[in-house]
Amino acid sequence: MEKPNNLILQTATSLIAFILLGFSIYLFMAGHNSPGGGFVGGLVTAAAIVLLYMAYGIDFVNKILPINFRVLIPIGLLVALLTSMGSFIFDVPFLSHTFGYFEFPFFGEVELATAMLFDLGVYLTVVGVTVTIIISIANDKAA
Amino acid sequence: MSNLAILPIIIPMLSGIIVAFTNSNVAVTRLLTKLFSIISLLVSAYITYSVFIDGTIILETGDWKAPYGIILVADELSVLLLLTTNIIAAAAAFYAPQSLSLRQENHYFYTFFFLLITGVSGAFLTGDLFNLFVFFEVLLMASYALIVLGGDKVQLRESVKYVLINLFSSVLFVTTVALLYGVVGTVNMAQIAERVAEVEQDGILTTIGILFFFVFGTKAALFPLYYWLPKSYIVPNPVVSALFGALLTKVGIYSILRVFSLIFIHRMDYTHDVFIWIAGLTMLFGVIGALSTNNIKLIIAYNIIPAIGFIIMGIGIFNQDALSGSIYYLIQDMIIKSALFLLVGVIAYVAGTSDLKKMKGLLHDHPVLGWLLFLSALILAGIPPFSGFIGKLLLLKGAFSADEIIIAIIALLASLLILYSVMKIFIRGFWGEKDESLSTTKKASAGMIIPIIGLLAVAVFLGIGAEWIYPAIDGVAEYLLDPQLYIDSVLKE
Repeated sequence: MEKPNNLILQTATSLIAFILLGFSIYLFMAGHNSPGGGFVGGLVTAAAIVLLYMAYGIDFVNKILPINFRVLIPIGLLVALLTSMGSFIFDVPFLSHTFGYFEFPFFGEVELATAMLFDLGVYLTVVGVTVTIIISIANDKAA
Repeated sequence: MSNLAILPIIIPMLSGIIVAFTNSNVAVTRLLTKLFSIISLLVSAYITYSVFIDGTIILETGDWKAPYGIILVADELSVLLLLTTNIIAAAAAFYAPQSLSLRQENHYFYTFFFLLITGVSGAFLTGDLFNLFVFFEVLLMASYALIVLGGDKVQLRESVKYVLINLFSSVLFVTTVALLYGVVGTVNMAQIAERVAEVEQDGILTTIGILFFFVFGTKAALFPLYYWLPKSYIVPNPVVSALFGALLTKVGIYSILRVFSLIFIHRMDYTHDVFIWIAGLTMLFGVIGALSTNNIKLIIAYNIIPAIGFIIMGIGIFNQDALSGSIYYLIQDMIIKSALFLLVGVIAYVAGTSDLKKMKGLLHDHPVLGWLLFLSALILAGIPPFSGFIGKLLLLKGAFSADEIIIAIIALLASLLILYSVMKIFIRGFWGEKDESLSTTKKASAGMIIPIIGLLAVAVFLGIGAEWIYPAIDGVAEYLLDPQLYIDSVLKE
């Protein structure tokens, strides 16, 4: 069988994947004040990764993204749980969050909240779960 | 410190995450599992102690005041059930390595095990109906994974049924919560109770109450809704069956107990009277199922159903004796059912079959197993001085003082048949001539027997030590009869 030529898909993917990844980070950061957050951010990142898998194949993407997505799930859960447990140190009820204003050289004054860390846990878990599901089904050889 | 109330939820969750990292190294995972389950048991024992000394612990998560945030309520009923859950979990953690295959352990068994405990503890502790739904899903997701782990054909078939029925009842659960939210405008249980009492539970609220009963009845396997339970509980590994049999249906019963002692208590003629009839039918049909089969695992699985009937009967009668009987029976049944499932797992393992017709004279080679089974049959049927007796005695006392004679007679008859169904295993399987064709090379290891002995010791103590335990449980029943106590402790105005 002749090898199919994926030139258009691959060229478009290398552009679109980066736009998608950038958009997912925007969604993740914007969650506090406008629509977005860890869940959609994670889903869009997973979509970008799946697009790479579709265009370049599993072996190639595993080489450029050497991440075990299955381990990402417990890491994400751990981040979210430890953020919530941080309240124990300050002797306030579980899941209490706090925020502060910080001066940054380029962005000026920015509000940073610990809810962001919890969202990071959600983000990592969603990416891990979605990519794990898709890859395990894709790798499944017909028995 | 109020953060104490969250510990029974986070310790299993954190342990589940940690053992997910060590998954590839089975020796370390087993060690950590045992360690964490012991820690969890000690912490829940401490919480039980402090709740009984200092009163209910309320945790307002995220520092949001009561009706607005999610609250966790560790009252006397929840902590007793938490302690029982953790005793069973510790026994299962020690039993699991003996009974599971290496392949099952390598596929994140211990992570799902801990997530199941997380869901069960959360469901016992939460004070918020939607949060209760979320914890139901946590424990159900973990149970879906556990029931299918191993991937036998029969497991796959039963798990399809199990997932479908549970998805259906979960959808109905969300719909019912939505209906209730539409009517009362809150999901906080204490505030719902307050508002339902204000309008004296008019028509739509009674309908919603019955819908809740239907949802929880499906989870708890009540009379017309139990058909999915027996077969799906015997296909996974014995340790998984023990966890399911001891914990999952009991979470449904706990939810019925909570909702119908706190929120929907103003139209007892519509709700609680129905419970008594359903309880009677549940007992009869469950026990008929137990008598109908020669599969020893199926006998024990069917025995879950009449026990649910006994507990729901106490909730239906709703006086102090009947309620304390229900709670006593709930706790002892969780312990004894897990012990019986583990025990039957060992018997099926040494006999090489779970068909009663194919085993005979096991007592010659396995005297310890035989007498443990004999003891647990006595406890299950409620022979004095064992724990089943006290629960049933209180239930009967409650039934007679409420003039519910028929249900009391059905309960007595059901007890007799329960005793017969379990004694049948003992008489047919353990008595008689030694059968040389049975594979006698397999021996039950000490690691399998010790957790069972531990559970049975707790069950025996629940009976012998009734002097110490009964006043506490009587206090819980008194507390349940006065929902204002719960409401005031949550919404402290």
